[in-house]
Formats: sequence, structure tokens, C-alpha cells
Amino acid sequence: MTDAAAGTRSVVIEREFAFPPEKLWRALTQPHLIEAWLMKNDFSPVVGHSFNLRGDWGGVLDCKVLTVEPERELAYTWDFEHEDPAYNLKSLVTFTLTPMDGGTRLRMEQAGFRPEQKQASGGARYGWAQFLDKLDHVLAETA
Amino acid sequence: MSNTADILFRTLGDPSRRALFERLCRDGEQTVGALTAGAGISQPAVSKHLGVLKLAGLVRDRPEGRQTHYSAQLTALAPLNDWTREMAGFWEGKFDDLDDLLKRMDQ
Repeated sequence: MTDAAAGTRSVVIEREFAFPPEKLWRALTQPHLIEAWLMKNDFSPVVGHSFNLRGDWGGVLDCKVLTVEPERELAYTWDFEHEDPAYNLKSLVTFTLTPMDGGTRLRMEQAGFRPEQKQASGGARYGWAQFLDKLDHVLAETA
Repeated sequence: MSNTADILFRTLGDPSRRALFERLCRDGEQTVGALTAGAGISQPAVSKHLGVLKLAGLVRDRPEGRQTHYSAQLTALAPLNDWTREMAGFWEGKFDDLDDLLKRMDQ
């Protein structure tokens, strides 16, 4: 058996806010505003910038900015190192802003990777995602 | 993440096992012989994979005469959804806070 054993799952949350993208973008990219709704941080909207998000529970997330497209898209890694591998998390968070009549649609996708997947090939990741897609179909048909 | 989820991820991380599990999901209960016919691997290999799937609670076996029939246990997949549910709840809460913040912010 190979150790390409791993799984990913995506969480997608979408919501419409009654505010323009410009305002939402500020809330997503200015540290004092990020702290007001998400977590304490030393964020900077610069690709390659590494920062931490510090949760109320004492947990510290290691993050790195991957995409900065003002008022359109923001992506950063969202990793949690834990001595117990069961709690380790490597994930990617992507915010997408779409202007709407009278507001902005915000889409947040968090794609999570299991720690074992560090050794896994891209193919294995793809395979897993595909599997879950297929499984959704199977479950839908079975229901 | 619980141990159960780790076991599931590890079990389904193997493409051959995943394929067997998918076939059982898709086509319903089958014997080892029938599974081997479409698997492209030997019967002992299929049996071994089925054993691992059974340990993870993903399949159930039902002996009938000299044959053993295997079926998928979809309920065993529930822990895979937990992380998603947990994170979705986290973000829904954060989006509420974001909305509150936007209302408080200067234009």
C-alpha cells in the first residue's frame, strides 16, 4: 500500500452583503478589520506574505497570501500544525467577490488537505476530489 | 479530526479499494468473484482489500452458502462530512460577524 492515503474536502459558504465590493475588500484585507470579524492577525495584502491568525481559543494558524486581486479575489493558505496529526490541517481559503445589484456576493471556499497528503501526488488529490464528486452522485441516486 | 476519519481517509486513499467501494455503492451487493471479474487485480488481492474496507466499517459481508456477499455501508462515511459541517458552521458564524462589522464601518 502506498502512503498516498489522504482526503480533501471543500467547504463553500456564499452570502450576499448589502455593501459594495470596495467595502468588503477592506474588511477582508485590513488587519484591524479582519480582527473585528475573523481573528487577530498580522495580515498584509501582498502575495507571498506570511502571517498568523490567532484564535480566541489560543490556536495559531500559519498562513501565506497566494492571490490578491483587489475587490475580486483573495486567497491564502490556512494551516494548523498540531503535535497530534489528527488535528493537523493544511488548507487553502479563497474569497471571491462578485458585485451585485445593491451589494456584493462573497464566496468563501476552504479546501482542506489531510496531513498525509504532504507526500501525495497531485494526482492523488485529484483522484480523491473526483471520488467525492462521484460519491455525491451515487448518494444522490441512492437517496 | 477523529481516528475514525483517519482510518476512512487511509482506507479510501488506495485507488483499488476506492474502486471496489465505488462499485459496491453503484451496483449493490456482490460476491468476491463478481468483484474480481471487473477489478483487474487477483481474487486474493480483492479479498484483502475487502478485509480492510470491512475493518473501516465501509463494507459488510454476508455469507450465503459457499459464497460471501459484500455490500457498501454508506453510513460509515459520516465522519467525512463532520469536518465540512464543522468548518461550514465556523464560517457561517464569521460571516455574521463580518456583516455586523460592515454595518459599523464608515462608508
